[in-house]
Parts: sequence; C-alpha cells; structure tokens
Amino acid sequence: MDAIHSAAPLWACLASLLAVVPIVALGRWPNLREGATFLAAGAKFAIVASMLPLVLDGKVIEFTLFQAAPNAALAFRVDAFGIFFALIASILWIPTTLYAIGYMRGLGEHSQTRFFAFFAVSLSATLGVAFAANLLTLYIFYEMLSLATFPLVVPPRRQGILPGARFYLGHLLGTSVGFALPALIYCYVKTGGGSLDFSLDGFLAGHVSRGESVALLLLFAFGFSKAGLMPFHSWLPNAMVAPTPVSALLHAVAVVKVGVFCIVRVVTGVFGVDLLDEFDLGAVLGWVAAFTVIVSSLIALSQDNLKRRLAFSTIGQLAYIVLGIALLTPMGVKGSILHIGAHAFGKITLFFCAGAIFVATGKKYISQMAGLGKAMPVTFAAFFIGSLSVIGLPPTGGFLSKFQLVLGTMEAHQIGLLVVYLVSTVLNAAYFLPIVFRAFFPPAGAGAAPFSWRNVKEAPVACVAPICFTALCAIALFFFPAIGQKLAAMMVAAP
Amino acid sequence: MQAGSLRLCLKLALGATAFSLWCGVSLLIQVAGDGPVEYFLGNWREPFGVGIQFRIDLLNALVLVAISSVAFLTAIYSTRLVREETRGKEALFYSLYLLQVTGLSGMTITADAFNLFVLLEVASLTGYGLIAMGASRRGTLAAFNYVIMGTIGASFYLIGVGYLYIKTGALNMIEIRAIIAESGLASDRMIHVAFILMTIGVWIKMAFFPLYGWLPNAYTYSPSSTGALIAPLTTKVSVYVMIRILLSVFGADYALRRRTGGVVVWLAVIAILAGSILALAQTEFKRMLCYLIVAEVGYMVGGVWLENRMGVLGAVYHIVSDAAMTLCLFLAAGIIIRQTGGYGYAKFDRLFRRMPVTMAAFCVGAFSMIGIPPTCGFFSKWYLIQGAIEAGRWEYVAALLISSLINAILFFKVIEIAFFGAKPAEGHDHGHGDHGHGGGEKIVEAPGSMLFPLLCAAALILFIGIFNTQIADLIGRALDAFPVVGTAK
Repeated sequence: MDAIHSAAPLWACLASLLAVVPIVALGRWPNLREGATFLAAGAKFAIVASMLPLVLDGKVIEFTLFQAAPNAALAFRVDAFGIFFALIASILWIPTTLYAIGYMRGLGEHSQTRFFAFFAVSLSATLGVAFAANLLTLYIFYEMLSLATFPLVVPPRRQGILPGARFYLGHLLGTSVGFALPALIYCYVKTGGGSLDFSLDGFLAGHVSRGESVALLLLFAFGFSKAGLMPFHSWLPNAMVAPTPVSALLHAVAVVKVGVFCIVRVVTGVFGVDLLDEFDLGAVLGWVAAFTVIVSSLIALSQDNLKRRLAFSTIGQLAYIVLGIALLTPMGVKGSILHIGAHAFGKITLFFCAGAIFVATGKKYISQMAGLGKAMPVTFAAFFIGSLSVIGLPPTGGFLSKFQLVLGTMEAHQIGLLVVYLVSTVLNAAYFLPIVFRAFFPPAGAGAAPFSWRNVKEAPVACVAPICFTALCAIALFFFPAIGQKLAAMMVAAP
Repeated sequence: MQAGSLRLCLKLALGATAFSLWCGVSLLIQVAGDGPVEYFLGNWREPFGVGIQFRIDLLNALVLVAISSVAFLTAIYSTRLVREETRGKEALFYSLYLLQVTGLSGMTITADAFNLFVLLEVASLTGYGLIAMGASRRGTLAAFNYVIMGTIGASFYLIGVGYLYIKTGALNMIEIRAIIAESGLASDRMIHVAFILMTIGVWIKMAFFPLYGWLPNAYTYSPSSTGALIAPLTTKVSVYVMIRILLSVFGADYALRRRTGGVVVWLAVIAILAGSILALAQTEFKRMLCYLIVAEVGYMVGGVWLENRMGVLGAVYHIVSDAAMTLCLFLAAGIIIRQTGGYGYAKFDRLFRRMPVTMAAFCVGAFSMIGIPPTCGFFSKWYLIQGAIEAGRWEYVAALLISSLINAILFFKVIEIAFFGAKPAEGHDHGHGDHGHGGGEKIVEAPGSMLFPLLCAAALILFIGIFNTQIADLIGRALDAFPVVGTAK
C-alpha cells in the first residue's frame, strides 16, 4: 500500500477549528458569522473530497504532528474507513448549518455564537478521530470531542439546566478515563512500548492471552461509550435536551458514530479479526450488542417524546453496527461500515424533522402529532423516507447495509444473531411507521380534542431544505452505492 | 515604602530570578551535553572543613529549571499584588522571597546530606514568614501550625542524618552510599532507623497523607503571590529530596528492594483518594486546590515506590508537570480572588465572559489536572500507569483513574459555573444575543503583569506535555546513573 505524506488531513481537521476565530469575532453580525461557518464547512468538505480519489486509488495519506510518546506519535493516517467516515461527517455539516440557522433563529435561541463555535470544534475532533493513525491519537481526539460537545448540551432557554450536561460529560469522561485509558496503556505496556498504530491485522497478536483479550475488548467496548452499548447508553437520551441540530449531527452522526468508529478500529486495527476469531471473542461482543439492539428497541416503543424515541432507536442502530463487526466476517464488517453511512443519513433526516415540527408547532410528543401530516406534508414525507432507511427497507441505503449485515450473520453461521436482526427490524417498523401513519390519517375522534392545524405551516425554508437534501441522499445511497461499497471492500480486502 | 526604592526592589527581585532562570537553563543544557557538574563552594574541600559541595546531574537540573521558572513567573506576577496585599512590607517580602528561592534551589543542587538540612531550614523559615505576611489572621495561625509541623519534620530528618554520620562518618551523599555498600552496613539497624526517620521527615515536609494537616490552611490564607511560589515548589522539592535520598544516599537497591513498596504504595493510594475526597468537600476554590496537592503528592510517592524505572520516571516527570499545573491554577486563583473579591465557588459566576483570558488559562490547568491530552497531566498519568501495570499494582492504577474522575467533577463544577452561571434559574438571564451579563458589578481582566505569567504557565503545561518524550528521555538518562532503577527492562 502506497503512503503519501501530505498535510491535507491536518488541514481538514483545522478547517473548522480555525473557523472558531471568525465565528467568535463576528458574533455581533449573525449573517457574517454563519457565512464563516459555511465557508469552513465548504472548505472542510472540499479538502476531504480531494483526498478521496487517492484513497480510492489504494493509497493512504500520512502526516505526523509530533512524537507524543516513544513509538506513538500524534499522527494522521487516512485510509478507506477513515475517509468514508470523514466524508459523511463533513458533507452533513453543510445542511446541518443551514438547518441550525433556521432552527436557532426560528426559536430565538440564546448564545448562538457559542453554539456555532463549539459546533465547529466538535467537527474538528470528529475528523481527528476519523484520521487517527494510532490508538493514542484516537483517544486524544475522542476526549476532545467529549469536551467540545459539553457546552452544546444545554436545553433551550435554560430550563432545568445543567444536570443533562453534567451527566453527559460525567458519563463520557468516566467511561473513557475509567475503562478505555487503562486498556490503552495496558496495550502499550504489553507490546513493550511498541507502536500503537492501527494495522489491518491488529498489533496485539502474540502479546496477550485469551483472558486479557476478553478484558481488553470489554474495556474498549464500554470505554468508548459514545457507541452507547448497554448498560452505558444512558447519556444519549439525556443529551436530547440539546438543541435539535446538535442532536441531529452530533448525537445521531458525529459523536455516536465516533464511538462505533473507535470500536471498529479496535476490533480491526488493534486486535485484528483473526486474533479475535482465534480466541472466539466475536460472540462476547456480539451478544452484548444483540442485547442492546433488542432492549433499546423495546424501550423506544414506549417513548412518547419524539427525540427520546429517536435516541433509543439510535442506540439500537449503533449496536447493529457493533454486532456486524463482532461477526468477524468480511460481509459483517462491510455491512457495519456501510451502515454507519446509511444510518447517518436516515437518522439525521428524522432528527431534522423532529426539530422542524418543534419549530413550527412547539410539539415534541408523538401523541400530539396526529393529523399533523396534512399541515406539514414535506416534513412528514421526509420522516417516512428516514424511517424506511432506519428500518432497512428499499429504496433507501439502509436496505443495502442491513442486507449485508444479515448476510454476515449467515456467513458466520450465527442464526441466533440473524433472528436478532429480524426481530429488531420488526420493532423498528413498529415504533416508526405509526407516527407517519397517524400524522396523515388521524384516528377519527379518538382521544383528546382533535387539533386544528389550519394555522400551522411548514417550518422555515432553512429547515425544510436540509431535510429534503438528506432524505434524497438516503434514497441516493440505494441507487448509487458504489463509492461506499468500494471503500468498505477496501477495508476488508487484505492488502 | 517610597516609590523609588520600591521600584528598585522590584527590579532587583526580577533581575535576580531572571538570572537564576538563565543559570538554570544553561546548567541543564551543559549537564545534558557534558554530564554532571560539581562545584565546591569557596573551593573548600572535605579534609579542610565542612565542604559545601554542589553536584548537578540531569535529575536536579530539571528540577532547578522548574524552580527558577516558577520563581521568575511569580516574581512578575507579584509586582502589583505585593503592593496591595503586603503594603509597607515590600522589601521584607522580596527579601524572604529571594531567600526562599535560594533555599529551594540549594536543596535541589546540594550534594551533602547535612547542607540539605540547612537549606531546608532556610526554605522553611522564609516560608513561614511569607505565609504569615498576609493580612488575614488565619494566615498567621496557619503559619504557626506550619512552623510546628515543619520543625518536627526537619528534626526527624536531622536525627536521621546524625545516625548516618555516626555510622559512616560521612555527610556527602555519594560517600555515604559507597560506605554503606562497602562496609556491609546495609543490614545495620541504625541505618534502617536513619532511613525511616529521614523518609518520614520529608514526608511531613511534602504533606504526604496523613501528615498533611499543616498544608491547606497555610496555602489558602497566604498572600496570593506567596501561594503561587510555595504551593508549586515546596512539596515538589521535598519529593525530589525524597528521590535523591533514596537513590543517592541509600541507593535504590537498599531503599526500594525491601518489600516496603507494598505498604508505601497503599499509603499513596490512600493519600490520593483521601486528598481527592477531601477536595470534593471544600467550598472554596483555593482550599480545594490545596487538597489536590495532597493527592498529587500521593501520585509521586506511589510512583517512586513502584520500584521500577517507569514508576520513578513518572514521578520525576510529575514533579515538573505538577509544578507547572499548580503554578497555573494558583496564579489563576490569585487573579480571580483579586478581581472578584472572594474565595467561594459562586465568585466564578460567568467569568468566561468577563475574564476570558484568565479562564482559558485556568481551563488548561484544569484539563491538565484531569489528565486530558495533550496537557502534561495526561502524560504524567501515562508514565505512572505504565509503571504500575509493569509492577502489577492495580490498586494504584485504580487510584489514579479515580482521582482523575474526581478532578473532572471538581473542575467542571467550577467551569460550569463560570460558563453557564451560578444560578441559572434566576431571572437575570437576558436570553437574547451573546452579551448577557449578570448583576451590575464590574469584573474585568487583571492587569497584564498578572496575566502574562498565567499565560506562560498555561503554555508551559502544553509545552511539557507536547515535548514529554524529550523530557522523559532526559529523566531516563538521569536515572541511568543509578543502579537498579537505571537498568531498562
């Protein structure tokens, strides 16, 4: 595999970090300030996209910042998986910014400068994780992301303020410092202060026993609790107090996907699929994830708050991804990687819709949304598409990735896990489709007084346009899956 | 004091500390290049009298640079504060200040166990004076308390040195070690007693739990510029002295290979946990920092008694990094107390908007205490935990991690108040735009002469973190000179 040395990954990271300066400086002029965000988002996407052809060409892009510890530098290395994730995060930042403008101004939110500034920092940390060349770099950016998103988890208008933010940070830092950090240092000691670089076969083979591997794997899986594996999932529903753009991009895409990204990296790059297979550890991680898939779906069914239902759905979908990787088969790994993308577009659409409904009507409970479809047809149509993608039905990208995950279970001869996927699909349908159905066809005269939605209109264009964009993307992933498939295949294929 | 002579006084203090910083740095460079430097004061060698010998290797050169940097930065910081906090006693303050720096530097570079005691007393006596100099009466009481505890500690140390002298007839550290090794005194009971007395003596001086009682009040109620000098240095230099006694006087194989490690690491674990938990119970920011110092001392003592190279290396690295962190936080605390006029957490109310520079630097210090990369606090833990895993001391690993988490709680409690406001439920939230401000008090940034040292300290934290490989490499070379811990696995 050819390595190219280039500072492009650094610039991709810095693009949003540097944008903090103009964002803060232009705080008094909101239009200029948001202009700076757009500029940064565009630049970031352009830099990431410019690296894509090289990576598709089978090259990796490397860049070393400084030597952080003997044999472990703070370094970037862009491979197929990293660029795949970076592309998703950076492309979605653009519509999210537009959406955030509509949402924040629509609600007259406070502290908008702070919001946009820390949003930009979060994106930098996300790309840092995506491009991390080794476990230490990964960890550093992982922590940076926890800290950068902390000021964003603040409810609108400061009602019932900080417990949410406190819980959020406490949970994320507690698990990463308590579990992931000792595991990281243990790996470093065990390999004799050796390199922590990710490689296609992992670097732990020959250094750890089976018992140590079990402990390390669980420490990593629970330590990177942004992935929301139960029982360390509860930060996510609690983070839903944040403004919806934060929930949409960060708590459906960037932050949570960073969690699963880390776990995928640990499984493929630290242990190596072969080592885990040899120790027969896939099942351990697989059943932890399977438990999360089923239980979170059941909890989602009972949530009336739309954003909380979406949050529990996210927890389930993240566990899908972890489950896929735990199958330790090429198809499973490919399916996992693709599902990161498919779920991102589907779930961000759903969150955008939830936010649009809140901006237009002030409603956040599902039981209040009956009949709303007639007043907000575009939003609910998009919601339907997003639901299809998350459930895994054609014509959306979710179908393809889920199909591969299911094939993976068959490849691994794990019929039990196959059943988990199928049951969960039914549950997904059960908690999403009724929302859409009742919105368009309200039960006649049932329950509380029928609302009159005559005065309700769609949310501002700035909110609706991004919804349409991401919904179309979710469909496009079904018809044009080639790039994702190729990148995922590159991760699986031996060099 | 007249304005003219005050200005001269400030210039002298600044010049002296700047010069000692320059000397420290050039010594470090020289030692790193050419090996240890020895110097006999007045060229009086041993047979003709009590030799005053300095011996500088990489270990104490590093500590010396840390001391002189802190002294210089705090001297800049104090130029305005001294006129406010100790009006009319400026000349006294700076005399004691410079003597204090002399004592600490001397303790660091001396090669003689008895001279070390003398310089320890120089540092301690000036320390008592500096602490008592504040306007607060509690400071005077705290200083008295400190005098008693400090004297007991120094006496323990002196008695230990006396026993050693009786047995070996030598005071020079290297000679003592050579005599113990040659004449088979290693199993002598009197040497054991000397070892225990000297260790306990320095433990009192460094406030190792449970001998920490004097510290919190003494540091909290001292003038801010005293706190910023003494808090980062006194305990750290005592830790250095402990390491020096273990390695140079008794030898690592004597001191660390006697299965004492098990007990001491447990003591360190208790120190870390107790310091952290006591810190949680505090309602004043500066007091909270004082209890954290107690916890940090536990880090270093535990690291040394892990009985392997990585542990000692981590402890020495932590001396340097903890000096920078403590300096940064005490400087920030001093500024905040001056600008807001109080010690309590509530004084942090929305300080991010009013004092953004101070709070940014404060955050760097806080993140370092929590151990968030790439600050130096992270790499201290990185080395210490590596040592602990190698030694199989899981209780120490757990203590370090728990202490990190408690630090996260402690500092985010403050950061939260500074960021979001102390009483969010109150109606004074303006809600719109970004320029909400509570109350009517005018709280502004401190003058540049106070901000500059603070920013330097924050930069040092990042510098020590980013260049940790190089610093660890220097420490490793220093440890190579000592058998047992010197041999890499």
